[in-house]
Amino acid sequence: MLFKLILFLWLSLVIVAGISFPITMNPIHWNELPMIPGLEDKARIIFFHAPLAWVTTLAFLVSLFHAVRYLGKKNFNDDIRSSASAGLGIMFCILATVTGSFWAKFNWGSFWNWDPRETSIFVLLLIYGAYFALRSSVEGEEKRATLSAVYAVIAGVTALFFIFVMPRIVEGLHPNEAIIVRGRISMNSTMLIIFLCSLVGYTALYMWLLRLRVRIAQLEFQLLEKGN
Amino acid sequence: MNKNIQFEVNDISKTFNRRKIFSDISFSLKQKESLVITGNNGSGKSTLLKICAGVLTPTKGKTIFFIDGKPLDNSYSFRFIGFVAPYLQLYDEFTGWENLQLACKLHEINDSRQAITPLLHRLRLWERRNDVYKTYSSGMKQRLKYAFALVHEPPVLFLDEPASNLDQQGSETICEIMKEQKQEGILIVATNDEHDIGVCDRVINLNVQRSISGVP
Amino acid sequence: MIRSTIASILVIFKKDLHSELRTRYALNALLMFVITTLSIILFSIGNESVSPELLAGILWVIVFFSSMSGLSRTFISEEEKGTVLTLHLLARPLTIYYGKLIFNTILLFSFNIFTVALFLIVVPGFTVANYGIFTITIILGTLGLASASTIIAAIIAKANTKGTLYPVLSFPILLPLLLTLINATKLSVDGAVLADAIGEFRIMISYMVVLTVISSFLFEYIWKE
Repeated sequence: MLFKLILFLWLSLVIVAGISFPITMNPIHWNELPMIPGLEDKARIIFFHAPLAWVTTLAFLVSLFHAVRYLGKKNFNDDIRSSASAGLGIMFCILATVTGSFWAKFNWGSFWNWDPRETSIFVLLLIYGAYFALRSSVEGEEKRATLSAVYAVIAGVTALFFIFVMPRIVEGLHPNEAIIVRGRISMNSTMLIIFLCSLVGYTALYMWLLRLRVRIAQLEFQLLEKGN
Repeated sequence: MNKNIQFEVNDISKTFNRRKIFSDISFSLKQKESLVITGNNGSGKSTLLKICAGVLTPTKGKTIFFIDGKPLDNSYSFRFIGFVAPYLQLYDEFTGWENLQLACKLHEINDSRQAITPLLHRLRLWERRNDVYKTYSSGMKQRLKYAFALVHEPPVLFLDEPASNLDQQGSETICEIMKEQKQEGILIVATNDEHDIGVCDRVINLNVQRSISGVP
Repeated sequence: MIRSTIASILVIFKKDLHSELRTRYALNALLMFVITTLSIILFSIGNESVSPELLAGILWVIVFFSSMSGLSRTFISEEEKGTVLTLHLLARPLTIYYGKLIFNTILLFSFNIFTVALFLIVVPGFTVANYGIFTITIILGTLGLASASTIIAAIIAKANTKGTLYPVLSFPILLPLLLTLINATKLSVDGAVLADAIGEFRIMISYMVVLTVISSFLFEYIWKE
């Protein structure tokens, strides 16, 4: 109960700070954020978009980890964790893609550009979608768990490939490679703090939701077991 | 079949979608011993048979084959077993001969002609050996399945409903085959047929006990 | 020991080949697919001139979908005919996987040679400047596509909605390879030198190796019931 309350307050503060702290050319006061020319107020999206992208990646890694464990030990709990994490992952992925395309619109004028970052998040979305499409078309719990774990591993390996291969493939126009560097340099301590707090907050949110989902699934499982 | 063979089953359980079919089944068979698995329809006879043959994974427990006293790596167990069942399907688009030849090549039998010919004659399929499996009657299909199971002279034979689809003559041939198998190796049968039950020396009845060990 | 495994792998491959030649399911499907698709594309292009880069993309789209229409047959037919149990009694899982992988690779090669030849002949505006790059791309691309498509085919053969699921599962996995292939094809059309494409070739080779190795580990989990 206490944890929920703290998490709620934490994220509320982050959101309020991110949206309301004033942006000025030369931040002096503790609550002022630096102005990035060309972005101004729209830069606020970094407090939300980046953590979402981070969480969806984390969710994928957790899902992959439990998939591998399931294949090794055939413990049903691992399958529960794997699919619960994937469920959260797809949600955060959709949010990250949407916020990301808004960012793209602000910066470069169009919602979608097929540069490496955008393509990667899109591929992750496709992988999540495929994972659930597979799960919903297999009967039998054990088979479903095994097949989706296998696919998760294949997808994980592919995603790894993608990350290393991408720079070569597409001449990106995600100039926030430069901006992020510039951004970090020009992120003053206030901005950095809010950013990191947001990162921590959303990660905590994910972990809390994951625990809930796993708990619910485990209870369902036990109920059905008792029923037989 | 010149190797000494033993077959052991330890604490086998199988659960399908939360339904427990059977649990803690253990037994062991030596050469020249035979076992019949009986029970009502749906009691898990075929499931247990498939697990013993290594084509289905148990939820718990394991099966081991011992060749000359040494345990066999289960991925090779298919070389030492023959399996016949109504739900076994051979290749429709291949002829009887081609189906058997496939088995010979994969079992590394050098002279396939020598292995296949006597079997086809014995099972009265010689005339139809060059017709595709699709054109066989159900009785012929069953007999070809026996040829398929026996072509590599397996020390252990698994039969699910041995006499299904067979006429009088076919049943008699099968009876002989079962007797020969009992004399040379191990025979495990899953059936409800009274006559076939009588052939084997030991019984597992899945109606009576869902949990069995040390079969008398 | 190794020799006998290789021999068994080839037996499985030849069985599939034999079966395919007798029934010709996949070949027929593919023939009609490629002809229809090319006709539609030519029709939509009409008299416009389309950039060779775009055409390179279109070529691989056709190849991708023709893979989807033909490469799952090897596993789905075993499930549908009920011969999975039979194979369990004849060979070890890995032997079956490699046999079918070889089959799919050969099948895809024949698909692709046909598709590419037709594409070169029939589509206006697509002229290859560097045939070295182009040929290597087709070969490595076929190997990579076959390796990924085969393991995914093994997965969907055990599911219910096989047909539609196959492209859904395959596309994210194949995407890195497809993008690389399109890039390399663009290079071959632009008249780049062989050395320029080395990076792409490295990616194609490592993709194929990685996927084949991963599949070797994972296949048994899919195959065993």
